[in-house]
Amino acid sequence: MSWKIWALKKSPWVFHVNTGACNNCDIELLELLTPRFDVERFGIKLVGTPRHADALVVTGGVTRQAAPRLQEIYRQTPKPCVVFAIGSCACSKGIFKKGYHMIGPVDKVIKEVDPEAIVMYIPGCPPKPEAMILGVVKALAAL
Amino acid sequence: MKKRTIIPIGPYHPLQEEAEFFQLYVEGEKVVDMDVRISYNHRGIEGISETMHFDQVTFLVERICGICSASHPLAYIQAVEDLAGVEVPERALYLRTIINELERIHSHVLWAGLAGHFIGYNTVWMWAWRYREPVLDLLEEISGSRINYANAKIGGCRRDIPNELMPHIQKVMDELIPPMDMITKAVLDDPVIHARLKGVGVLTKEDALRYCVTGPTARASGVPIDVRRDDPYAAYDRVEWKVITRNEGDVFAKAVVRLLEIFESIKIIKECAEKIPDGPIEAEVREIPPGEAVGHVEAPRGETFHYVRSDGGNRPVRHKVRSPSYVNVPSFRASCIGQSISDVSITLASVDPCYSCTERIAVVDSDTGERVYTARDLIKLSQDKTKRLMEERGRQTNE
Ligand code: SF4
Repeated sequence: MSWKIWALKKSPWVFHVNTGACNNCDIELLELLTPRFDVERFGIKLVGTPRHADALVVTGGVTRQAAPRLQEIYRQTPKPCVVFAIGSCACSKGIFKKGYHMIGPVDKVIKEVDPEAIVMYIPGCPPKPEAMILGVVKALAAL
Repeated sequence: MKKRTIIPIGPYHPLQEEAEFFQLYVEGEKVVDMDVRISYNHRGIEGISETMHFDQVTFLVERICGICSASHPLAYIQAVEDLAGVEVPERALYLRTIINELERIHSHVLWAGLAGHFIGYNTVWMWAWRYREPVLDLLEEISGSRINYANAKIGGCRRDIPNELMPHIQKVMDELIPPMDMITKAVLDDPVIHARLKGVGVLTKEDALRYCVTGPTARASGVPIDVRRDDPYAAYDRVEWKVITRNEGDVFAKAVVRLLEIFESIKIIKECAEKIPDGPIEAEVREIPPGEAVGHVEAPRGETFHYVRSDGGNRPVRHKVRSPSYVNVPSFRASCIGQSISDVSITLASVDPCYSCTERIAVVDSDTGERVYTARDLIKLSQDKTKRLMEERGRQTNE
């Protein structure tokens, strides 16, 4: 394991990108920071800019207007980084599959910039906070 | 002339979890003009809903906005029920009221927490979200999901709340009162919060009427409108509660209105849990006749309005949604201009904007890639459309 991956796994800082979510996945994500789940005690922290982030947490199937921004954010994130696609929307566009304005899902948009990108999927509409924690733990173990 | 600086905020910024882009024009510290650009979140829901079955649309509109995931379906369902002329059983009306009020509590508490976060008072955030958890747990017990409840359906409700659960609901509500009291007192008595929020982002009554704002935003500016009282639906006319209003119109007044509404909601839920009659929870709906209808519901942020037109088939031929944030967001121009830049963030947050409800349109110009419509273009488009519709109507009546 390279030292970069080791450092990433130790305390992943995440940046949250909403690319057309319905807000549910987002509030459940914020929920993780608040007292009941409190993931900060494991060193997982929400940061304000992608340049500080080890992982991107993407919610929502990607809309046409959000896609170039998501790609730009991915470019700005230091590598190696992990992309978490949270919710059915981000994994597969979910219920909005037929929408004329959706060009996602997240993995497709990210892989246009970097075919090697590491994308992890946490399905659910919305996934429960416990499921998100489990997903992150499994992802980090698999790195 | 003073030098003007443009400050771009967004589209991805740490302040709000949704993407939106504000451009503030500032002179020194003072905001003199602002511009907003949205549509990062536009999913084309109205279009998708025209490809879905009437029953499926319920689940689609639930996902317009996660926080109003009981209000949107209810407004849609009321429109369809109006169309089909269904008589909804009494018990279902009470069930709907309970779920909608639980949603209001969790939304208002969520807002109180986020507002604390925006002014740098993270303690309030943590407190508020901690005490919101019992409400979510209760919703999970009732509906099986913490946030997307999927409980209402055309003609009634999908799932009953067993009578054995009613005492539990009462108990959770009783236990919610002390912490809510604490948060309310902490906000109302704290001199720092007073200094930070009073007189900030004032939306006068005239402006509130001019921008047609709804919900707590209007009620904090002294406009006593509330669909629950003005055009009662579900079981709101069968229980005792009052509409909370404030006259100041500043951010503090909006906070007070929301916090006090929590107590009203608790009262409504307790009374519903006590009075709920036995009986069936759904009526049979055989067909949706051709025609058009509207339904509206007081969502936590204001009036949600759905318009449905049917041609007698099994899917809506037109479905239009007007969410509360759609009218509340433009009021930023009245409340933010003239503020100092540090107050803008909380003023923006004070109407509890929800961009996933608001997003409307994306136009792609095949030559330049993207095109931005200005207000004038949009007005022209709308006038053209009205003219076209009038002509069509005229032709139909002549025939
Ligand atoms: S997965 Fe479900 S809850 Fe999450 S953003 Fe999509 S529709 Fe909303």
